[in-house]
Amino acid sequence: MSGYFKEIFDGGKSLLVGLGITFKQMIQPVVTERYPRTAPKMPPRYRGHIDLVRDEEGNNKCIACGMCQRNCPTGCITIKGEKPEGAKKKVLTFYRLDFTTCSLCGICVESCPTDALEFSKEYNLAGYSAGDFVFDLLKRCEERRR
Amino acid sequence: MSEWAADPSYETFVLNMGPQHPATHGALRVKLRMDGEYIVEAEPVLGYIHRMHEKMGENRTYLQFMPNTGRLDYLSALSYNHGYVSAVERAAGITVPERAEYLRVITVELNRISSHLLWVGAFVLDLGGFTPLLYAMDDREQILDLLERVTGSRLTYCYFRFGGLYNDVDDDFEAGARAIVKRMRDKLPMYHNLISKNIILRQRLEGVGPITGEMCRKYGATGPVARGSGIPYDVRRHEPYSVYPELDFDIPVYEQGDSMARYLVRMDEIEQSLRIIEQGLDKMPDGPVMAEKVPKIIKPPKGDYYFAVEAARGSFGVRLVSDGTNTPYRLKLRSPCFSNVSLFGEAARGMLLADAVAMFGSLDLVIPDIDR
Ligand code: SF4
Ligand code: SF4
Repeated sequence: MSGYFKEIFDGGKSLLVGLGITFKQMIQPVVTERYPRTAPKMPPRYRGHIDLVRDEEGNNKCIACGMCQRNCPTGCITIKGEKPEGAKKKVLTFYRLDFTTCSLCGICVESCPTDALEFSKEYNLAGYSAGDFVFDLLKRCEERRR
Repeated sequence: MSEWAADPSYETFVLNMGPQHPATHGALRVKLRMDGEYIVEAEPVLGYIHRMHEKMGENRTYLQFMPNTGRLDYLSALSYNHGYVSAVERAAGITVPERAEYLRVITVELNRISSHLLWVGAFVLDLGGFTPLLYAMDDREQILDLLERVTGSRLTYCYFRFGGLYNDVDDDFEAGARAIVKRMRDKLPMYHNLISKNIILRQRLEGVGPITGEMCRKYGATGPVARGSGIPYDVRRHEPYSVYPELDFDIPVYEQGDSMARYLVRMDEIEQSLRIIEQGLDKMPDGPVMAEKVPKIIKPPKGDYYFAVEAARGSFGVRLVSDGTNTPYRLKLRSPCFSNVSLFGEAARGMLLADAVAMFGSLDLVIPDIDR
């Protein structure tokens, strides 16, 4: 019989202890971030979708070698390049990233011989169709120039 | 089983739990033959999100398979990264710098804690307690933030590379990791007071859903499920890999085999992981995080290789058959959740449905890991 009451007593106590913890938590400062009113700052290594790096003059550093396109596991990169007459190096004319299948693995960034790629800090991506996630990186690079 | 449930003349009915069910945490269907509230037969139906990861491995290069490993058990993705890179390193004969191995172990253990924290929150949520989930998420968030600063991702990591790491950690990492160790040490008593000692939880878990050690052996269950049934098996101890032999930690084992035992094993494992992280930070040498001579295109010599790691849910093994080309001939992934779910059918027989859900939660299943 005493065991029975002890169990009730111990059980009741455990519930009160739990309530005490939640009460203490209630008067703690708020831990959540008030997104979207306050936007989080992404750490330097955050991996958003890839972007072309700009050099000091604002041009891209890509030599259109195609390593990123070849190494991407999901084939989400399409590039085109051509050699202008008289020039020594190839120039990038088209860079498309299909972000819908990108896994942010970083293999393209790693494999680029001229370090022409970086991760952007873009995280606010939402769209109505898959087409919204196909980026023309060359155009983005030009836009950032302005 | 209750006697009347065993009587074949008694009427039974079929109940589908899933494929969309809050307690299965993913697309898993369990076909239950019920006798009133009692389960006569339970049969997990797998394959709803099968994505052919093993087949994908056969038609891409070794490096290109890397992101896939983060998407099997997405809650302990780093362990899976670790298992795969180590298997390929073993095959190709690449030695990894010590600093990289220490960092691998530290990040994997952080990942294990975050995985167990999410599990404990979701598990108690399954049982009807909402509050602990929020506290667990808060603590897990700190770990995710730290890992995000290092790896760039929050969940599906792709951080390790053959021969080392994608990048070295930043200067704040050590302080951040130590802060998490301290925070978790301070918080664990709170979890025990709030959850482990709670009378309602204990009544729901103690003595419920017993899994015997025999059953674990039969179905190949590993991880906290086996350790909750008195089998002291942990890959980190029994097939030591990486720098684990140099670290001092215990393997929590409970004999009872009930849902409570599995819960306690995981809670104790959080403590042990904290010890590992602390020692790892103390012992971590300076130096490079990438081996010098890693071939650009990995072509392991012909052969059959196996490497197992202890993921948060048990032993994850990679069997790699190489034919000497730049793609694997066969890539078999041994996932712990597949073995752990297999015993559900036998263990749930004769249980009340509500208890079976509690037991199911205590197995800590990640469905994409079962289906691969
Ligand atoms: S991050 Fe990976 S998946 Fe994405 S574009 Fe680069 S290589 Fe392809
Ligand atoms: S690997 Fe670099 S240089 Fe080569 S095409 Fe891609 S972005 Fe351009």
